[in-house]
Amino acid sequence: MKFGILVNEGPYTHQASDSAYLFVKAAIDQGHEIFRVFFYHDGVNNGTRLATPPQDDRHIPNRWSELAKEHNIDLVLCVAAAQRRGMVDADEMKRNKKDADNIAENFRISGLGQLIEAGIQADRLITFGD
Amino acid sequence: MLHTVNKSPFEKNSLETCLRLTEQDSTVLLIEDGVYGALKGTKIEDLVLESLSNVKMYVLGPDLMARGLDKNSLINNIEIIDYQDFVKLAVENERIQNWL
Amino acid sequence: MEEETQSGVIKKFLYVNRRAPHGTIYAHEALEVVLIGAAFEQDVSMAFIDDGVFQLKKDQNTDGIDTKNFSKTFSALEMYDVEKLYVEKESLDERGIKEDDLAVDVKVISSSEMKKLITESEVILNF
Repeated sequence: MKFGILVNEGPYTHQASDSAYLFVKAAIDQGHEIFRVFFYHDGVNNGTRLATPPQDDRHIPNRWSELAKEHNIDLVLCVAAAQRRGMVDADEMKRNKKDADNIAENFRISGLGQLIEAGIQADRLITFGD
Repeated sequence: MLHTVNKSPFEKNSLETCLRLTEQDSTVLLIEDGVYGALKGTKIEDLVLESLSNVKMYVLGPDLMARGLDKNSLINNIEIIDYQDFVKLAVENERIQNWL
Repeated sequence: MEEETQSGVIKKFLYVNRRAPHGTIYAHEALEVVLIGAAFEQDVSMAFIDDGVFQLKKDQNTDGIDTKNFSKTFSALEMYDVEKLYVEKESLDERGIKEDDLAVDVKVISSSEMKKLITESEVILNF
């Protein structure tokens, strides 16, 4: 089965990102495909390269990056939500004349169309939010 | 159809709305703070008991355990499942609604 | 049910709105999804339940709170072929809101009809 996942909240403040991550891992364990994980609203903050959580706690952005790398998962931050909240990749940095970028490895920034496409192409779309 | 509810019924009306808008023979899975909806002896126990005659209810075990709860805390006939079962429910149900 | 067209699959999309406007961004950003989604020519419905019904209230004026008055966009939905807006009667009644108080044409439906709409939707997005 192909799953689309929508994550509406940022790391740590809400359990959404954790629940989504654990669901994705379980789905992969059962041999399912993750078509895309789309991050919207504050969910785009999961894509930061600059988080330094306490050493004895899970590193939410990093574990998404690592999972994406290991299983070739498409992690997409919504461009509009990212722009509002200051999540910037190299292209956005140039385009919007910012002096830095802050996006973590294996995340990409793209449009809301990617979410709609996930709804159309995946067999199931699951939302994790507040 | 599979419905999930992730908020406590004492914080938000999501469980109440879910149960109002869930068809007969659907499955309701309580996750995150939603697991508190499965506790016995609460002010919404009657609502949940009534719904159990129409729908099948589950709670996500890891979320239950995290909150210091176990099967002895729960209303009868609400089954505890894990993430693997959560995925299986998502596979078995063509339609999914996630109440936030 | 899913149909094939020349351009591709058409699915029944449902956008579920349960939150009031302005106190949080969900109503505003949900509308942005609907507008972008319109280009994909799917079978789109919007459901307004619980505090979501407040999103459609007439006469919203955000000057004093200095935020964007995105509620005007609801009247543009028609132009994007998003015409199926369903409001749950029970949610309106609980909040003392009448259909007349709403800024756009909607279909006010019972909980029972809303239940059916949800069950028949293939892709449901919640914000």
